[in-house]
Amino acid sequence: MVDKKIIEIVDIIDTSQVFTELSDAQSGGICVFIGTVREFTQGEEVVSLEFETYKKMAVKEMDKIASDAMKKWSLNKVIIRHAVGLKEVEAPVVVVGASSAHRDACFEACRYLIDTLKETVPIWKKEMFENKTVWVSAHP
Amino acid sequence: MEVLLFGIAKDIVGKSQLQFLETDIIPSSVSELKKMISDTYPEFRNLSSLAVAVNSEYASDDVPLNRNDEIAIIPPVSGG
Repeated sequence: MVDKKIIEIVDIIDTSQVFTELSDAQSGGICVFIGTVREFTQGEEVVSLEFETYKKMAVKEMDKIASDAMKKWSLNKVIIRHAVGLKEVEAPVVVVGASSAHRDACFEACRYLIDTLKETVPIWKKEMFENKTVWVSAHP
Repeated sequence: MEVLLFGIAKDIVGKSQLQFLETDIIPSSVSELKKMISDTYPEFRNLSSLAVAVNSEYASDDVPLNRNDEIAIIPPVSGG
């Protein structure tokens, strides 16, 4: 029995794996979102991002999101993989995706996976600028 | 009792965990813990939100704390 959910926190994301991981004979579509490091935030140049996590809890929360998505939509496989550590501009930091018989389910699920991850999973992002660092979303 | 600190919480306190000794009075609930750290480190009051996890699950303010629980301060998350 192949795993239907792939939930991982890793140091480096290899985006070329995801097609094979979500590919499934019962699926007519795969939808994937890849989050990457953007060079500018509010007009300021970002040198790099640093991600930190409470891994035990993050994996639990990611697993809940994947299970909830599988209840809401008819999905064959789901992946949620997040990177931690120092990431340079353009580096992939998160991959979420789903495969399903028809495309509507995986499109909707993919959006739910990334939106919910951003709200609940204990991962923290620090923006490193030339002369300061900022924990994203920490202050109103 | 240990309280794990992450992200900006770690920067505010200046270490990655708070230790309560056997002889220390420990906070009896999530809300008491939040009050205790915000009183000691007022910068916590400036954050957008402050959550607490007990045994790696989000815990509401009324959840009681025990000496052998794994407790973590969860400042506003920003993954993705």
